[in-house]
Amino acid sequence: MYKHPWLPNLDLIDEMLKEIGVKSLDELFNDIPAEIKINKLLNVAKTKPLSEYEIEKEINEKVKKNVELEAPPFIGAGICPHYIPNVVKFIISRSEFYTSYTPYQPEISQGLLQALFEYQSLMAELLEMDVVNASMYDWGSALAEAVLMANRINGKRTVLVPENANPFHKEVLRTWIQGKGIKIEEVKYDKNSGEVDIEDLDKKSNNDDISAIYIQQPNFFGIFESNIEHIIDTAKHKRALSIVGVNPLSLGLIKPPGSYEADIAVGDGQELGLPLNFGGPLMGLFAVRWDMSLVRQMPGRIVGITKDVNDKTGFTLILQTREQFIKREKATSNITTNEALLAIANAIYLSLLGKEGIRELAEEIYFRSHYASKKLTEIDNVSMAFRSDFFEEFVIKFPIEYDKISNKLKERRLQGGLKLSDYTSLFCVTEVHDKKSIDLLVSTIQEVINGVEAS
Amino acid sequence: MVWRQAKWDEPLIFELNNSGATRQGFLINKDDEIRSEIKEMKIPKNLLRETGPDLPSLSELEIVRHFVRLSQMSFGVDNGIMPLGSCTMKYNPKIEEKATAITESHHPLEDEDNVQGILEMIYELQNWFSEITGMDECSLQVPAGSAGEFAGVLMIKKYHEEHNRNYKDTMLVADTAHGTNPASAAMAGYKVIYVKSNGEGLIDMDILREIVNDKTAGFMLTNPNTLGLFEENILEISKIIHSANAILYYDGANLNGVLGIVRPGDMGFDIVHLNLHKTFAVPHGGGGPGAGAICAKGELVNYLPYPMVEKVNGKYKLSKIPKNSIGKIATFYGNVGNLARSFVYLLGLGPQGVQMVGKMSTLATNYLIAKLRDVKELELIAPNRHRKHEVVFSVKQLMENYGVSANDVAKALLDSGFYAPTIYFPPIVEEALMIEPTETETKETLDMFAEALKKIVENAKRNPEQLLKSPTNTSVSRLDQAYANHPSTITPTYRVLRLRRLGKINYLK
Repeated sequence: MYKHPWLPNLDLIDEMLKEIGVKSLDELFNDIPAEIKINKLLNVAKTKPLSEYEIEKEINEKVKKNVELEAPPFIGAGICPHYIPNVVKFIISRSEFYTSYTPYQPEISQGLLQALFEYQSLMAELLEMDVVNASMYDWGSALAEAVLMANRINGKRTVLVPENANPFHKEVLRTWIQGKGIKIEEVKYDKNSGEVDIEDLDKKSNNDDISAIYIQQPNFFGIFESNIEHIIDTAKHKRALSIVGVNPLSLGLIKPPGSYEADIAVGDGQELGLPLNFGGPLMGLFAVRWDMSLVRQMPGRIVGITKDVNDKTGFTLILQTREQFIKREKATSNITTNEALLAIANAIYLSLLGKEGIRELAEEIYFRSHYASKKLTEIDNVSMAFRSDFFEEFVIKFPIEYDKISNKLKERRLQGGLKLSDYTSLFCVTEVHDKKSIDLLVSTIQEVINGVEAS
Repeated sequence: MVWRQAKWDEPLIFELNNSGATRQGFLINKDDEIRSEIKEMKIPKNLLRETGPDLPSLSELEIVRHFVRLSQMSFGVDNGIMPLGSCTMKYNPKIEEKATAITESHHPLEDEDNVQGILEMIYELQNWFSEITGMDECSLQVPAGSAGEFAGVLMIKKYHEEHNRNYKDTMLVADTAHGTNPASAAMAGYKVIYVKSNGEGLIDMDILREIVNDKTAGFMLTNPNTLGLFEENILEISKIIHSANAILYYDGANLNGVLGIVRPGDMGFDIVHLNLHKTFAVPHGGGGPGAGAICAKGELVNYLPYPMVEKVNGKYKLSKIPKNSIGKIATFYGNVGNLARSFVYLLGLGPQGVQMVGKMSTLATNYLIAKLRDVKELELIAPNRHRKHEVVFSVKQLMENYGVSANDVAKALLDSGFYAPTIYFPPIVEEALMIEPTETETKETLDMFAEALKKIVENAKRNPEQLLKSPTNTSVSRLDQAYANHPSTITPTYRVLRLRRLGKINYLK
């Protein structure tokens, strides 16, 4: 190998070795036992380095093996398709942000720090909570960190989690808490309304070991929990922490967790300007109330305002004494890499929307999802699985097996909802689903149902 | 050529529009037909938000200018060398951006038949990373290196539990280890015991033999270590750990210096995590998103996080669930969008390039050391040993004789147009400067960096007072950390600033 665009010194090896005072590159590795050195090329990538032209061809081959859908997918279950204004990608592609590192040297990273501070601040307004960190990996891991945090604060070991919370988040939660001996107790939901069963919650919270109560608003079925304040109060009475999982876009319409004094809010910023990305990277949001015992135990990085020696306003990472590089095994979390760039994307998106825009967008999503559910339930024997009102996602009950429907949708290059049981499916409809594509979804489903009935 | 940073007095985004005009950065596409069909909202009254969130009201151009100005007050690899030890800030090839086309518009729960291109890419990467690490299998379900590390520790825990070895309650961690090691071990419920290094900066074998016992669950080690030194007794270390039925865990943060030269699997490690944003060139985005891999060999592959991709009758499926899997670390399949970037990076390197990464990054480090060997104020542990990916200098003499600390040297480097090294790490070195040049910086840049560092050391001796004032070329001067953290002035959001001005909140208590 004598030249490569990413390895600039191949031609200067001898010169550099001479300066070091060794005769060969191998000499620099003399301390590695000979029997473990690999003296062959590894079996990776193609047999040779590819030129940029060839790489592009390889990328295109992969793209071609995916199916381009006729309409944006009608599936959500934690992340949903949305339109992303061009400004978002334009800004986060700026090299100075894009290729930067965690701002350990604040004086040379003021722009990055201010952008992260603005993310925290915009999210704080949306949630009406005072302290927001500069991001976690995703909703599931943010929830897991919140439960671990509650356990650190009160030492108790049971967390109440409703059955109607997102099952993918619960899977992550189960993984993260297994080393600490924390138990999950599931709270039932009302099969008619789709909301948390308050009687069951009251019964199960009657236990002195409750460390935290989690509630998702709107819940996994897209349904608004109308008793959320009662649930928060229950946590307070039991001296447990309340953790609320939120869809940030819904907060253009409904009350934010700060307004009913939740202790911790978690969620995903994916819906605020991020592509689906086959599920990652996502953007875990994490916020707490203005309370030192919560702030001190909060995981992740936080940016704050300060001033320089000339009294000029500046920004820096704060409360770093909680973090792993100082506290080691006593740290609040092992997190070092977060999703900073995507937090900036969220900040740009929220700024573009503004106060009015977020309400307008949330309304549009509300109307479109209700339109889709209305049209679907106009088909004979198709009905809503639950009675309570919903946002963006909803569960539909079919008279025939959902697999039959989903196969037909696939033939038409449509991605239907998430199958929840043989006859029910969870659909997601947002501002990117126009009337034409919703109508196509509905007519295809109608065709299958009528066809099956006819045969 | 000295790089200069912009110094904008950029207001907070909340303070940009002071005209009172109502502006909006983009229009919502509204469908009137749908609205006429769904006339009203049925949301329960007690849930309705009464006043909209206090977001700014700005036009598109105002927002673009604001964030472009903020970017001009930031520093990334595309601006100049970022020699942050153990962070591996190498160049991120621009072709990587094209790769996002593979994943961007696809939902993770789409029908598998529709995303065969994505699944094939994940499958190929799983195999490539297994080959690179010398492990049997890899799971790419972890969204970053530290998440991979946490997964690894949970695997160790579950493995011992399944073998009825619940008495194994301690995790060994080298005293030179990254802070994430003890934090991950503690999150999994382990007691942490530090293993001391000797005068040569390597694991003290006598101490290790003494510490290892029946209660040892595993040993978390990175090789090369954070001093940039290769643990040459690694085969002996492996023997000691395995003889206690414990697991040897490889922290992949420092893999770059030996990539293609030696594999953790061949050194005797059982579990490995990779930081794709380090060794495999995913841009770090100001702290993330990154991406990770967690790999294992032998029986431990049964404990990897799920799902993994497998090939069944020529079709790729996400159905692989290792039989004792610890579960899922991330909500879906890890940071797939960034996996695509590493995929492209590896295609560009090819097997020959992979082999050269370790060689050229090690060459760069030792060249830099050679350039600085006459500066006696830059002290080294074991000066005669070759480093791998990085080198840790101690500027203890500058501190003792002139009152100039590692932090001051770092700030002076910012003034010289460079990013600073990692400082005060590892904690076993006083006044540490931890420098990692990587294989992507030219010899000329290394020469300039060495010259700048030499000059700073000279200035520290000649005119220390002047140096304590740095940085002055950056958009702000040295920042007040006490003010930033004091309970009466701490300001994590604009909301707090606003409420404090209104007298509605005071101390954080």
